[in-house]
Amino acid sequence: MSRLKSCFERLAGENRAAFVTFVTANDPDFGTSLEIVMGLPDAGADIIELGMPFTDPSADGPAIDRAAQRALASGGSMIKTLEMVRRFRAVNADTPLVLMGYFNPVYAYGIDRFTADAAAAGVDGLIIVDLPPEEDEELRVPAGKAGIDVIRLATPTSDDTRLPTILSGASGFVYYVAVAGVTGGKSATKDDISAAVARIKTHTDLPVAVGFGIRTPEQAADVASIADAAVVGSAIVSLIEGGLDNDNKPKKGMTEDVLTFTRKLADGVRKAKR
Amino acid sequence: MVLNSYRTGPDEKGHFGKYGGRYVSETLMPLVHQVEAAYRAAIKDPEYLRELDELNRVYIGRPSPLYFAERLTEQLGGAKVYFKREELNHTGAHKINHAIGQVLLAKRMGKTRVIAETGAGQHGVATATVAARFGLKCTVFMGAVDIERQKPNVFRMKLLGAEVKPVTSGSATLKDAMNDALRDWVTNVHDTFYIIGTVAGPHPYPMMVRDFQSIIGRETREQIMAAEGRLPDSLVACVGGGSNAIGLFHPFLDDADVDMFAVEAAGHGVDTDQHAASIAGGAPGVLHGNRTYLLQNADGQITEAHSISAGLDYPGIGPEHVWLHENERVRYVSATDKEALDAFRMCCRTEGIIPALESSHALAHIIRMAPKLPKEHLCVLNMSGRGDKDIFTVADALGAEI
Repeated sequence: MSRLKSCFERLAGENRAAFVTFVTANDPDFGTSLEIVMGLPDAGADIIELGMPFTDPSADGPAIDRAAQRALASGGSMIKTLEMVRRFRAVNADTPLVLMGYFNPVYAYGIDRFTADAAAAGVDGLIIVDLPPEEDEELRVPAGKAGIDVIRLATPTSDDTRLPTILSGASGFVYYVAVAGVTGGKSATKDDISAAVARIKTHTDLPVAVGFGIRTPEQAADVASIADAAVVGSAIVSLIEGGLDNDNKPKKGMTEDVLTFTRKLADGVRKAKR
Repeated sequence: MVLNSYRTGPDEKGHFGKYGGRYVSETLMPLVHQVEAAYRAAIKDPEYLRELDELNRVYIGRPSPLYFAERLTEQLGGAKVYFKREELNHTGAHKINHAIGQVLLAKRMGKTRVIAETGAGQHGVATATVAARFGLKCTVFMGAVDIERQKPNVFRMKLLGAEVKPVTSGSATLKDAMNDALRDWVTNVHDTFYIIGTVAGPHPYPMMVRDFQSIIGRETREQIMAAEGRLPDSLVACVGGGSNAIGLFHPFLDDADVDMFAVEAAGHGVDTDQHAASIAGGAPGVLHGNRTYLLQNADGQITEAHSISAGLDYPGIGPEHVWLHENERVRYVSATDKEALDAFRMCCRTEGIIPALESSHALAHIIRMAPKLPKEHLCVLNMSGRGDKDIFTVADALGAEI
């Protein structure tokens, strides 16, 4: 069974939602980023999303855009991202890891080479934000053969005529983008998210994760009470940025601060009533 | 492969061969489908076509003249050179052609706000103009670097009531402006129409913008027939994203005897890292909604383009151009900053026309090509824009003070 599937099954047994964290690989540098990622499971992350840095992240807000630019400035690349996954997987066999980013770096790496190397490194899923169902076959098919789920996204603009297109061929889980906008922007209301999750669930049996606009333990708890997973990205990435000096070197205690905040978010998710 | 026609693309999913497509975030997908449906319905609606036709005539001032550049032809001593005078259009460039078409579509779709990205500012001015004409709110995204080198157009947009948002991310030029426009669009899908300024972006934009711009080539066909009684031997246009080039070329693509040259911006030279020639120096990739050739490194990171002309300073090119390149229907050549500047000065003094720095790249190729051709060779250059906006850049390059 895939790590994603067994993770969601185990958490369903515990009657709680998954807590998913996003950070950008190589932000602010390889060593610091690896240290953060290594610490996330103990800080309560059930699933790790690792951003593949790209120069032109046009679906992301300023926080994740700047994280990508920092990662690239310190030598980030697809090779480094996959190396980070390998190092993580060497010490953690169970926590699912999903790579998230844009298609061009994947395409430039070579799709067959990428799916093979990603699978060998221990990647469980891919979220490629600029690869909609109409265009994702060239990645989804080889990824599937390599045992990697290509995660589809649903959004507030996905009506009942659009959802079947999104959900046919979906695997792993469905990522519900809670607001029409970029990462790190507005937050949706609990009622709106609840209605959307319920609607998506009439079309699929896959777990539904919710992200965009979740910044606090309280918001994470709210989402965890109505969805199968809550994703926090920009808030964590902003904390990394806040812990850097003018040369983008981490100040003392930055990693601990990030992991402490992650723990608070995880506690919110774990305490959520379902 | 021998094709029956070069004019049938794209396919129903927006692909020109391997290129084009719809590579945008899922939030935008339903809207992109709606734009396509609205466009396909509009071009079958006589009322829409009548309004477009009327505005082309009395608002833009179409048809734009086809002008025999007599002194330039004499000086070059070879091919007979005509200018298709898109720089005489309202707002001073060809960009108004697709801005009018798109704003009418935005209105049909019930949108109350339009956004645009701009490099040289010509597309921004065109969008601000049509937004004013139809009473829509307008926000134009423009790289901070471009704002500095295109001040007159920035002020023009503001006079027209548009909000000009400076973009400071990345290289602070056209590609970054397009990123921010996409970010705005995804955040304001309910009321906003994105008026894309070139034959790029997700399907249907490359097709739609091409269709609106093809009026250039259709008029040229009629005008050269009237003037010379036959089709031209060659067409020359500059290409950044490629809207003016495809507009001139498309109606001639199936005329096998018409040679076509698209001139990319070679900046300091295509063998340096300071150019904007995606065909000469790029590789296939995906950016801004379409698969095309991009300037990028081995890791798939987009590299910064360079051109003296802000309108060509973009690390990609429209997908149909890549298809036409791979099928060898159009020849993609380039001109450096210096060649463009020399052409700019020559045009000012021989024809009394101050050309845009973008169009000067096309002219630079004609200056190289025309002397080697016989006098009966008919060549049409797309004078895509006027150069008033560029006088500060040119003064700077020439070391002159205004």
